[in-house]
Amino acid sequence: MTASLESMPVFEMPGHVEPRRPWRRPARSFLSSGATVVVASVAAALIVLVSPLAGLLGWYAAMVVTFPAALAARVARSGGRAVADRIATGVITMGFVAVTIPWVSIVWTVVHRGLKAFYLGYLTTDMVVNSPDDPLNVGGVSHAIVGTLIQVLMASLIAVPLGIVAAVYIVEVRGRAARWVRFFTQAMSGVPSIVAGLFVYATVVVAITHRFNAVAGSLALSILMLPTVARTAEEVLKVVSDDLRAASYALGATEFATTSRVVLPAIRSGLVTSAVLGVARVAGETAPLLLTSQYFVRFTTNITSGPMASLPTYVFGNLGVGSENSVARAWAGSGVLLTIIFVLFISARLLGGRNRNGR
Amino acid sequence: MTNDSIDRNAAQLDVSGGAGLEARELHAWFGQHHALADVSLRFPENTVTGLIGPSGCGKSTFLRLLNRMHEFIPGAAMAGEVRLNGDDIYAPGVDPTAIRKRIGMVFQKPNPFPSMNIAENVLAGIKLTGKKIDDRDSLLEESLVRAGLWKEVRDRLKAPGSSLSGGQQQRLCIARALAMQPEVLLLDEPCSALDPVSTLKVEETIVQLSESMTIVMVTHNMQQAARVSDFCAFFLSNGGPGRLIEADVTGRIFEDPRDTRTADYVQGRFG
Repeated sequence: MTASLESMPVFEMPGHVEPRRPWRRPARSFLSSGATVVVASVAAALIVLVSPLAGLLGWYAAMVVTFPAALAARVARSGGRAVADRIATGVITMGFVAVTIPWVSIVWTVVHRGLKAFYLGYLTTDMVVNSPDDPLNVGGVSHAIVGTLIQVLMASLIAVPLGIVAAVYIVEVRGRAARWVRFFTQAMSGVPSIVAGLFVYATVVVAITHRFNAVAGSLALSILMLPTVARTAEEVLKVVSDDLRAASYALGATEFATTSRVVLPAIRSGLVTSAVLGVARVAGETAPLLLTSQYFVRFTTNITSGPMASLPTYVFGNLGVGSENSVARAWAGSGVLLTIIFVLFISARLLGGRNRNGR
Repeated sequence: MTNDSIDRNAAQLDVSGGAGLEARELHAWFGQHHALADVSLRFPENTVTGLIGPSGCGKSTFLRLLNRMHEFIPGAAMAGEVRLNGDDIYAPGVDPTAIRKRIGMVFQKPNPFPSMNIAENVLAGIKLTGKKIDDRDSLLEESLVRAGLWKEVRDRLKAPGSSLSGGQQQRLCIARALAMQPEVLLLDEPCSALDPVSTLKVEETIVQLSESMTIVMVTHNMQQAARVSDFCAFFLSNGGPGRLIEADVTGRIFEDPRDTRTADYVQGRFG
């Protein structure tokens, strides 16, 4: 091959070719983007000075106008279409920044306020010998962390399989009652969390166990988790191509084998996501737990009898006390809850994403 | 009358009767829409039959009636009989999954299972149906060899099926069907998504396979039908349900068809 190429005088073999990435934006364009932001910020600041707009919020409102305008001004010579494109880009960018503000603000507030109640022992001690407004170097949330993990795990064990089975019934089996199952799952997502708690309180705590307990708490959480899991699993199942099902049936596979060995494995990461969304939905629920596993200061793993702590009820309880130290504890508890959900989310994505090659 | 010619030629080819696949007065509906009317056709054992005709003439529907895949479409209905070695596969009490194990199918678009690697894809039917086999490795190799893919994938059997090229994926799907050791293989435009080189490889595979199984293939490619098939069946719809116009040995369909519509179609004058 090489020989024949060399014998052809028209093509010269180049000695060395430098690999390039022409699709990347050159560094200069990032610089000028920065300049555009600076110009827009200064213009917005000037507007705040001379107009009734005031403060950071006023400045941001002015930015919504000045940033697209500054972007557009740079391409003014290229004509109307380029200007319209830049204005749209600018408005969408400012919209994106706007929706990240609450998110950043929440994380910042939690970290800022909770940090002073946080010390290393915070994660390893419970609140047995302390009152909520004791100094911040004693007591902790270990009982609430473990309580939340236990109750959310048990709720997942109930709601995730049920939710997936419900979705399979609606999408794969297309059973006679599929429309009704769908309708009730949708309706269930509108059940107020306090009602779920009250329901379990009446049917389990009052009628059977006569004591608050973690199993009852998990049941209440699973009621809230089920519709989220079922709906997202249903959406994921709908995406599976019928070609895949046909390939399985054509081999002589039964409906059960097709669903369990072809369809569900193909959407594993989607199912993990549906479970994580379900966990995220209930991990912060307070009301149903207050009526079922109640509020507790002691580290316990007894799930069948007696109250169990959880992070939301810990936050709720400490906030209710209202002293400076107890409120700081509540913020720190919120931070721990946020972190747990975040870690769960990341690890679930990693787990679900591993070894997938189709989607 | 059209079946008679196939019967006669089958006799000439010295193929024992009573074997293979036979459609008797088949009809198909999708809801109220009558898609296929009154098709009777015999597929003698160990032959290749090409189903040709313009789009919408009912060939694919006919093919899917032959292994009971038609019934997955909501609102689908049928009439008539399909006899596999003499037994009606639509008789009451017949398990469609047992039929599909004996009548394999390869689809127009390659559809390897995304959650499985190459080896798992080939043996997917074994796993999915719980079929007992003695030697998985030799079945794996044999299926891939027969599908003409072994040399290309022997060193990466653990790679995902989706890492193969389109042509390789289609041969992987053929290997997957072969691993079930079917008596009949249905191919629904198996080469329409493939380049000429892959097409040639698949065609060679089909000819080799016809030594040990009955093959029915839908194709839009006239040259392919001429190259590969022993018999050809021409379907046509005049706006109503698709019908079988003519079936004969392939040479006669292309050189001396009895129906002028067949002649027009194979010579590219309409459709």
